[in-house]
Amino acid sequence: MTLSGLLERHGGWMESGPEEGPVISSRVRLARNLRDTTFSGWASSDVRNRVWNEVVLAFDKIEHSETFLRWRMDELDELDRDLLFERHLISAELAERQEGTGVFVSEDETRAVMVNEEDHIRLQSLQPGLSLQKALDSADALDDALEQSLSYAFSSKLGYLTACPSNIGTGMRASVMLHLPGLILTEEIKPVINAVSKIGLTVRGLWGEGSEAAGHMFQISNQITLGKTETEIIGHLDQIVLEVIEHEKNARLRLMDSQELKVHDHIGRAYGVLANAVLMNSGEALDLLSAIRLGIDLGLMPDMKRHDIDQLFVRIHPAHLQKEAGEVLSSQERDVKRAQLIRGFLDGK
Amino acid sequence: MKCDLCNKEAVVHMTQVVNGEMREMHLCEEHAQAQGIDLESPISITDILMGLGQQEKQSVTSGLTLACPRCGMARDEFRKTGRLGCPDCYQTFMAELAVAIKAMHHSTQHTGKIPAREGVQTRIKTKIARLQKDLETAVAREEFEKAAAIRDQIKACRDESKSEGGAA
Repeated sequence: MTLSGLLERHGGWMESGPEEGPVISSRVRLARNLRDTTFSGWASSDVRNRVWNEVVLAFDKIEHSETFLRWRMDELDELDRDLLFERHLISAELAERQEGTGVFVSEDETRAVMVNEEDHIRLQSLQPGLSLQKALDSADALDDALEQSLSYAFSSKLGYLTACPSNIGTGMRASVMLHLPGLILTEEIKPVINAVSKIGLTVRGLWGEGSEAAGHMFQISNQITLGKTETEIIGHLDQIVLEVIEHEKNARLRLMDSQELKVHDHIGRAYGVLANAVLMNSGEALDLLSAIRLGIDLGLMPDMKRHDIDQLFVRIHPAHLQKEAGEVLSSQERDVKRAQLIRGFLDGK
Repeated sequence: MKCDLCNKEAVVHMTQVVNGEMREMHLCEEHAQAQGIDLESPISITDILMGLGQQEKQSVTSGLTLACPRCGMARDEFRKTGRLGCPDCYQTFMAELAVAIKAMHHSTQHTGKIPAREGVQTRIKTKIARLQKDLETAVAREEFEKAAAIRDQIKACRDESKSEGGAA
């Protein structure tokens, strides 16, 4: 499968899942390093290449390894690397690194293993909806399979040893991607974020940087990785996410109770702009698509599927637009293509 | 690794360069302090997490630089980036890392997954650590029956460890 092949399909994490609507997907990421080996950021090119080769050998021994796609970053141009990043398959850091770095991706894109990012191995499982346990189980199984051939750096006191002390212990970062337009519209998002931040979890925008999350999408993840078991960590995260979902649902109910006309107007206007705009930057597109997604959840857009909007959320990003166009585009050209893509999608409805 | 001056476990590893000649030194906590090395040298979480590269506190006698014997990462470097050089760095920089780790995780003992390749002793040790945590919680909640049951489990683990040839 070539990279362009990814364009014609969607990641498995976009399928239906528990609590879909407010929840987009759940992710578990495990950080692992090879025993007695310099961490990737401090290692020479030789060591990094050796790590890559060792992981390749380990991969080739696991069951169904042939179904994983693999790319070395130095084989890919910038656009291809950005494409993988936009699909949540690699981090921005991996896209930047070159020698000995690469990624393995399962056919349905629910599992990915980054090699020589900050740690030798960053293994992730990305599942649809609120399904942290499923994500943990699948990451864990892949970790076990790789460990058949790899010896990890581990201490009985500090657990899995990682390049950054903030990841030691389980080496696990679990996160849930949430769509919270109700809390944004009712202006209740700040207290919710503050409360979540106070109990050892991190909240940040899913797309882009800054405090205002584009597309009203947020990612909540654990901060503590040492001293708790993997199950305790996801149990705690799960419980807090369910509470946030409850707040989001209540906010939506209140909006529909007290400001129904305003909600209809908000969604209708978003539709109007999306259906007619000629130039659209990604920030605006994300925010307007967020309104449509809310409309679908509220049953106001019977002809549309949430799944299609989720796909648009990915396809409107710069690397996706340029890969689909088959050429490098300037910022304004991208704004034209983006508006075209969305208009075309809405026309088809 | 043993201390150069006594038989205790070395906690400080240094590389000293004198007239272009490199010399390695490994010291236990006491001898390190006797040499004027400040093990309690404060380091903030921000230093580690954000790698802000604050002005290095001169806590090592001049001419000596704390560096990892395996990968050569010096303390300055580690403070600048907030990232360690290799798994051994945890031992090398433990004196200052311990504070940051405790502040970040509110814990200093792993209780999660253990690689299948680790020996039986590691598994038992981690299990005991987890049980001890449960025991503390049970006592704090005044659930004494539960606490007694956990205590028995800890004892069973220690016995198992001994029968496997360990000293836990």
